[in-house]
Amino acid sequence: MSKSITAKDLNVYYGDFLAVQEVNINIAPRSVTAFIGPSGCGKTTLLRSLNRMHEVLPGARVEGQLLLDDDNIYGPGVDPVTVRSMVGMVFQRPNPFPTMSIRENVLAGYKLNGSRMSKSQADDIVEDALRGANLWNEVKDRLGKPGSGLSGGQQQRLCIARTVAVKPEVILMDEPCSALDPISTLAIEDLISELQQEYTIAIVTHNMQQAARVSQKTAFFNIAGTGKPGKLIEYADTSTIFNNPSNQQTERYVSGQFG
Amino acid sequence: MTRSGASHPPVKPTDQSGRQEPATNPLTTSDSGGVMGDRVFSGVALLAGAAILVTLSFVAIFLSFNSVGAVYREEEGLILEQFLEYAYPLVVGTLIASLIALVLATPVAVGVALFVSHFAPPRLSKSIGYLIDLLAAIPSVVYGAWGMSFLGPALVPVYGWLHQNLGFIPLFAGAPSQTGRTIFTAGVVLGVMILPIITSVCREIFIQTPKLHEEAALALGATRWEMIMMAVFPFARAGIISGVMLGLGRALGETMAVALVLSPGLLSASLISSGNSTIPAEIALGFPEAPPGSERQAQLIAIGLVLFIITLIVNMTARWIVNRHKEFSGAN
Amino acid sequence: MTQTQQQPTLAVVDGTAEPPRQQAREPSPLLRPASLAQNRVPWWTSLVVLAIAAVLGAALSALISFNLALWLVLTAVLYLVISYCVTRVKVNRRQATDKMWANLVYLAFVIALLPLVSVIWSVTSTGIPGLLESGFLASDMQGVDGTTDQRSQEEGEPVLGGIRHALVGSLLITLTATSISVPIGLMTSIYLVEYARGGTLSRAITLFVDVMTGIPSIVAGLFGAAAMAWFLGVGNSLGLPVPTRSTMGITAAIALSVLMIPVVVRTTEEMLRVVPNELREASYALGVRKWRTILKVVIPTAISGIAAGVTLAIARVIGETAPILVTAGFVVSNNWNLFQGWMTALPVYIFRQFQNPTSPNFSDPSHQRAWAAALVLIIIVMGLNLTARLIATIFAPKKTGR
Repeated sequence: MSKSITAKDLNVYYGDFLAVQEVNINIAPRSVTAFIGPSGCGKTTLLRSLNRMHEVLPGARVEGQLLLDDDNIYGPGVDPVTVRSMVGMVFQRPNPFPTMSIRENVLAGYKLNGSRMSKSQADDIVEDALRGANLWNEVKDRLGKPGSGLSGGQQQRLCIARTVAVKPEVILMDEPCSALDPISTLAIEDLISELQQEYTIAIVTHNMQQAARVSQKTAFFNIAGTGKPGKLIEYADTSTIFNNPSNQQTERYVSGQFG
Repeated sequence: MTRSGASHPPVKPTDQSGRQEPATNPLTTSDSGGVMGDRVFSGVALLAGAAILVTLSFVAIFLSFNSVGAVYREEEGLILEQFLEYAYPLVVGTLIASLIALVLATPVAVGVALFVSHFAPPRLSKSIGYLIDLLAAIPSVVYGAWGMSFLGPALVPVYGWLHQNLGFIPLFAGAPSQTGRTIFTAGVVLGVMILPIITSVCREIFIQTPKLHEEAALALGATRWEMIMMAVFPFARAGIISGVMLGLGRALGETMAVALVLSPGLLSASLISSGNSTIPAEIALGFPEAPPGSERQAQLIAIGLVLFIITLIVNMTARWIVNRHKEFSGAN
Repeated sequence: MTQTQQQPTLAVVDGTAEPPRQQAREPSPLLRPASLAQNRVPWWTSLVVLAIAAVLGAALSALISFNLALWLVLTAVLYLVISYCVTRVKVNRRQATDKMWANLVYLAFVIALLPLVSVIWSVTSTGIPGLLESGFLASDMQGVDGTTDQRSQEEGEPVLGGIRHALVGSLLITLTATSISVPIGLMTSIYLVEYARGGTLSRAITLFVDVMTGIPSIVAGLFGAAAMAWFLGVGNSLGLPVPTRSTMGITAAIALSVLMIPVVVRTTEEMLRVVPNELREASYALGVRKWRTILKVVIPTAISGIAAGVTLAIARVIGETAPILVTAGFVVSNNWNLFQGWMTALPVYIFRQFQNPTSPNFSDPSHQRAWAAALVLIIIVMGLNLTARLIATIFAPKKTGR
């Protein structure tokens, strides 16, 4: 079910400011790709442009081609809402809807779109999604409780369950563990490896060990200086990036000499 | 996790059908109803915003249009002078009452705001804030009744004493009122009414004083009052001024309290004898009796327009001060 | 430069630098007391000073002519002065100044409470007899005239008449004004927060809302009356079946809406702005359209604040007198029809009973009714305020606690 993502000469702008320049990348289906690089190099910006969340901000726009399998996400007449239902996203800080119960949070993608379903259908979706997010056993007895009552790590897995419940092709993760403790981070990382069997996953992370642990391929981004656009410096297998990078900047970054 | 999707309701209409026809981009097909929903909703929101613009323009247009009769008569042409003669004492009366209110309310309001922000125990300060807000909740007609029946009579001996001892000042000349229904009483009532407004603006700004500035002052060995003079007041000056202006705007436009308290009369310098009137009271007392379409009605609408313009200037000045201050202080 | 650098060196060599340095380290007695504990007065000082001030105040006011107000004023003044002097003598000038201003701030708070207590006390104490009069809430003013009031005052018969018609009028007018203002105000704030991107239109709307906030209520009333008269004139000339007089309930509702809309816009705008952006983005990322996101995520999250704001706005307009006085007039009997005939609201009823008593020579029954009505109005307004606070605290969305 999962699809590949291909960027061709992608430029991402905030107004007149070019944030990310000339990205060419091919993310294979059923794999985990990590985006690493120093702060402000445009990793998150690029990630948000992959499901057109970027343009939620005023003045933001994108040039170039971005293909989901063969369909251009930025093609004429494309509805960003449809794109987002195919390319899901998990955010930096867990953000369950505070007015909804755990069950309602999982069903949010359906409920908010006004879909009607029978109770048994809904139960199936909730159980599937929560099992898929390794959360079912922890919350099955309190599905009616507010989602904001869970711990941070549980909330983040709830957000992942919410995303997989609508069965996207691709899941984007924007530093999903940066607000979590090590134990919760481990749980999320395990979950990512499981999800990889069915979804295309792109993950932004500041933690190089995390990138090494969860991803098959890694993309390293860098900027020449403040005010300059971020660029994709090197994109290769994770082991290559960390052990035998071809670019000197990459080598310096992964060996901890800057960043 | 099983992905048997078939039993799930379709969220994405593009899911199956789109892929069977590779010629079209499946991302472009979407539920047109949803797109319409977006358009309709944003359209309605825009319309509501526009309604406010239209309403306010209507207020200005209707007031101007209906007040023509007050300054123009078919036979005599423009009678601006006559109107000014009518409006002048009312404008002055309104200003006097509002100034009394301001002079009385401002020091108390600043003190109360300081009390809430820097003196009261932190646990209580919120409840105390509500208590002061209750003053704002009391309807103006109740204030009017209170001023007429309780405050006025209570002030009669004060007026008598002022007249006896300070009668040589024009403000306290003239026969002191025996009912207490004077412009000074009205000013006191207005002061009570605008107290919570000034207090809440000052309180907000006092609380926002940067903790760093306060602690810097305290670390130098300043007493609490010296800290307030060094850190709080300089920071809050613009906020206090704008709060006072907002209070002034409210006092200028307040109707019922004045209409009930004051026994209106001609303009006079004395604050302690009956006399004087304000624009809102004049309208409230005169409008129900004015026949529709008459020159009297036009006259009342015209002074209403004058009041509108005065309060507009006062309120805009207050907002201007606040906004200018915002750009400079980097606080918030 | 070199010279100034050399001089201290020379001084050290000469051995003369030692005494001045010690002198500089000596704490100035102006700045610092010799011991840490010296800089205080005992905690009971204030109480003693207050007692002295009260006694002196009583004596002084007895010399002039004793009354409670004078005594309290003198006590306050004496307390300020004595407290300042004691601190000045015992501690220092700076502490005394601090003490004086602190006392003034406390005094300001007490002064601010005086009218609140006085108003509530006077309305309650004078309003209760009228409220206890049988049929006060259930009857209107029909059949109540000068002779019945004269009999009540002179022969002690029960005071007739009540506020049913005023309650009905207030209810209808306020509800109508609310149902006009809330949709417009809510949609406007949605436009400002969710759709406007800082353009000219949104700045114009914000400015106009500011202007509307400052419209004097009587001016809003004039606008309602003038606008309705114009509409009816146009309607008549087009041959539509419209009432001939513009004085009716709906006109008052429109006038009140002018006052209410800006309040609703302000509060809802504030509430929508504090909804975290993350929630909107989470919803968008699930493929949810903007309007559904606003309706199902943003508004539910902010609903308690919005409801509280609307309740406060209702509390504000239900006490408005002037705009209703000039738009809906006043009658003595029930009128359920917003679109025909005059209508009395509770505040207007109070005003009329004071200003034009039913029987000008025997005004006590009118005043009794007015005070009772004022008590009812205060109870309603305070109740609404309390409700708003409760809504805001109880129904606030759960904090993201662990």
